[in-house]
Amino acid sequence: MSVDTYERIWMWGAGGLIVAFLAVIGITAVTQAIHPPSHIETVDPTTISEHPEFGDPKMRVEPDGRIVVPVLAQMFGFWPNPIEVPVNTPITFRITSADVVHGFQVVGTNANAMAVPGYVSQFTYTFKKAGNYDIACNEYCGLMHHAMVGIITVTDATGGQR
Amino acid sequence: MSGQGAVIGGTPQARLAATHIAVAVAAFGVAACMGVLQGLSIADVEFPMRSESLYYLFVTAHGVLMALVFTTFFIMGLGYALTHAQLGRLVGLKTAWLGFWIALVGTVGAVYTILTGQSTVLYTFYPPMQAHPMFYIGATMLVIGSWLWGGVVIASYRSWKREHPTQPVPMATHGTIATIIVWYLATAGVAMEMLFQLIPWSLGWVETIDPIVARTLFWWFGHPLVYFWLMPAYVLWYTVMPRIAGGRLFSDKLARMVFILFVILSTPVGFHHQFSDPGISASWKFAHTITTFAILFPSFVTAFTVIASLEVAGRLKGAKGLFDWIGTLPWKDPFFLAMALAILSFAFGGFGGAINAAYGMNSMVHNTAWIMGHFHVTLGTTSALTFMGATYWLMPRLLGRQLALPALARIQPWLWFIGMGIFSTSFHIAGLRGLPRRVYSGALAGEQGGAWESLTQAGAIGGIVLFVSALCFVAVVLATWLGGKRIEPPAFEFAVALEPVTEKGLWDRFGLWTIVAIVLVILAYAYPLITLLMTPRFGSPPFQPF
Repeated sequence: MSVDTYERIWMWGAGGLIVAFLAVIGITAVTQAIHPPSHIETVDPTTISEHPEFGDPKMRVEPDGRIVVPVLAQMFGFWPNPIEVPVNTPITFRITSADVVHGFQVVGTNANAMAVPGYVSQFTYTFKKAGNYDIACNEYCGLMHHAMVGIITVTDATGGQR
Repeated sequence: MSGQGAVIGGTPQARLAATHIAVAVAAFGVAACMGVLQGLSIADVEFPMRSESLYYLFVTAHGVLMALVFTTFFIMGLGYALTHAQLGRLVGLKTAWLGFWIALVGTVGAVYTILTGQSTVLYTFYPPMQAHPMFYIGATMLVIGSWLWGGVVIASYRSWKREHPTQPVPMATHGTIATIIVWYLATAGVAMEMLFQLIPWSLGWVETIDPIVARTLFWWFGHPLVYFWLMPAYVLWYTVMPRIAGGRLFSDKLARMVFILFVILSTPVGFHHQFSDPGISASWKFAHTITTFAILFPSFVTAFTVIASLEVAGRLKGAKGLFDWIGTLPWKDPFFLAMALAILSFAFGGFGGAINAAYGMNSMVHNTAWIMGHFHVTLGTTSALTFMGATYWLMPRLLGRQLALPALARIQPWLWFIGMGIFSTSFHIAGLRGLPRRVYSGALAGEQGGAWESLTQAGAIGGIVLFVSALCFVAVVLATWLGGKRIEPPAFEFAVALEPVTEKGLWDRFGLWTIVAIVLVILAYAYPLITLLMTPRFGSPPFQPF
C-alpha cells in the first residue's frame, strides 16, 4: 500500500523542520560555543569544609586575568553571599554542594546549573547590566527549599551600583 | 479483521482490567485533592494546616500517585482490555493477578511511607536525599508487577500469532506491544538504580551513593516513561477515535511505523533532562539532543494521520467544504471530546518540548515553573485526559453498566482543558520570568515574588477549575460503577483502515526492532556511563531534610 501524497509532503516537511532545528542548535553550539554547563570534575563532599577552594569560597582573579567565583550550595543558602562581580566581564562560576542536590539559577538570566555533591559545575557568564540579581535554588532540597536564595551584586566600571 | 468487535464485559478478564482501572481512579482522586492545595500554596493563599512539610509531602504524593500509580495501573488495565477484546485471549490470568497484587502491595507500602512523612523525596527521588527503604522497595514492586503485565500481554500475542502466522498484528495490540517493549527498556535503567544503588544504600549496606550515576540511571527511565504514558493514548487515537467518529484509520502502515519509531527512539534521549548536570560531557548531551528531536517525527506523523482519519469521518457523513467536517464530529461523546482536547493540548506540549530539548535554550527554562507547565499539558492533559475519557468508554464495556451522569461527563473534559489552559500558561510564563519549580511559596524567601505574583494566582485559579473537573470525573466513575443502569455490555470496536495492511511486514517485526532499540540504548549510554564510573568519584552520605 502507498502513502498518501499529502501525508508524504507533510512527512518531508516535518523531517525538514527537525533537521533545521538541529542545524540551528548545532551551528550556534560550534560557532558561538553555546553549550550547557558540562564540566567534569569531582570533589569529596564529606570534607568540603576543609577544601581550599570551597571551604571558605571567595572570588579570585586567576593569573591570566579570569575572574573565578567558587560557590558552595548548602541547606539552605549559597556561599559567598552576596557575590560581588563587575559588569561586562566574563565570570566563571564553579559550583558544588555540601549536602543534597541543589540548583543555582540566576533569576532573569540563563545562568542555570545543578549543584551536585561530589561534582563541580562550571560555566562562564557575563552580566550586561549592573544591579542586584537573585539566585534561586531550583531543585527541591528539603523543607526550606523555597527560601534558599542568594544575591549577586553586579557593579559598574566605577565600582558603584546603579 | 481489525474492525471486528468483541464483547468481553462480565468475563474474568474484564474484571481483571476493571480492577486495575479502579486503583488508577482512586490514585487519581487522592492526588487531585493534593494538587489543588499545592497550587494555592505556591500562590501564598493561606489555608488551615498549610505548612512546608505538608506542601512537600503533597508534591511527593501527587507526583508518585499521578505519574507512577494512576498511569501504570490504568495502562495495565487498558492493555488487558484491548488485548483480550482484540485477540480473544489473555494467556496467564493467574500471573496477571499476581502482578496486580505485587504492584498494589508495593504501591500501598511506598505511599504509606510518604503519607507518614518518611519519604518526602519527590517522585524523582534524587539521592543523596534518602527515603524510607519501603519507598524504594514498594516502587520496585510496582515495576515488577508491571513486568508481569507485559509478560501476559506478550504471551497472549504469541499464542495468537501461532494461530495466525501470516497476518499483520492487529493495530491496538501492535501499539500495546510496542508500549511494553519501551517499558522494559525504560525500567531496566531504574531497576539498576534501585538494585545497585538506592535499596542497598537505604538499608545501610553501603554508606555512600553517587548522585550523578543515579540521575543518569533515573533519566534513562524517566524520559521513555513519558512515552509509556503517551503511547497508550496514541493507541486509542489511532484505533478507537476514528471508529467513534465514524471514520477510517487513514494510514495503517504509518501507524505501525510510528509505534516502531517510538520503540527505537524513546530511550536513548535521557541526557536532555541533565543538560545542566556536571559530570556528563557536552558532546554526549548533544548526541541525545539529536535523538530527542528525531522523536518529534512520529508525533508529527500522528498529528496528520489522526486528523485525516477524522476528516474521513466527516466526508463519509457528507461534509464537502474545507472545514465543515469538523462540525460533524461527535463532540457530545465524552470520550471523543476528551481525546480531541487532549490532541489539541499535545500541539502546545510538543512546541514546549522542542524548546526544552534545545540544547542551548534549555538553560532559560531548566527547573523553572515552565517545566511544571509543560508536563501538565503533556502527561497531565494529553495522556490523563485521554485516559479519563477512555474510562467513560471502558466502564460500560467492562462492567455492563451504562455511563451515569452523562451531562457531567460531557462537561468534565472542557473543564479540564480550560483549567489546564489557565494553569499551564501561567506557569509557563512565570517560569520564563524565573520562578523555580516546586516551591512552597511563590515569594520564595519572602521578597522575591514580584515578577510572577499575579501568575501564581492565576495558576491557583486554574488549579481550582482542574480540581472541579477531577471531582466530576470521580463522581461519574463512582455513580457508574455503583449505580449505573445494567445493560448488555457493548462490544469493543476498532477502526477499520482505509487500506488495511494485509500481510505481516517490516513494521510488525518486534524482535528485530527490539534488537535495534537495545543497540541504540547501548550506543547512547555505555560510553558515558563507563567513563563516569572510571572517573575517581566521591560518594555522598544520606540526608533527610524533611
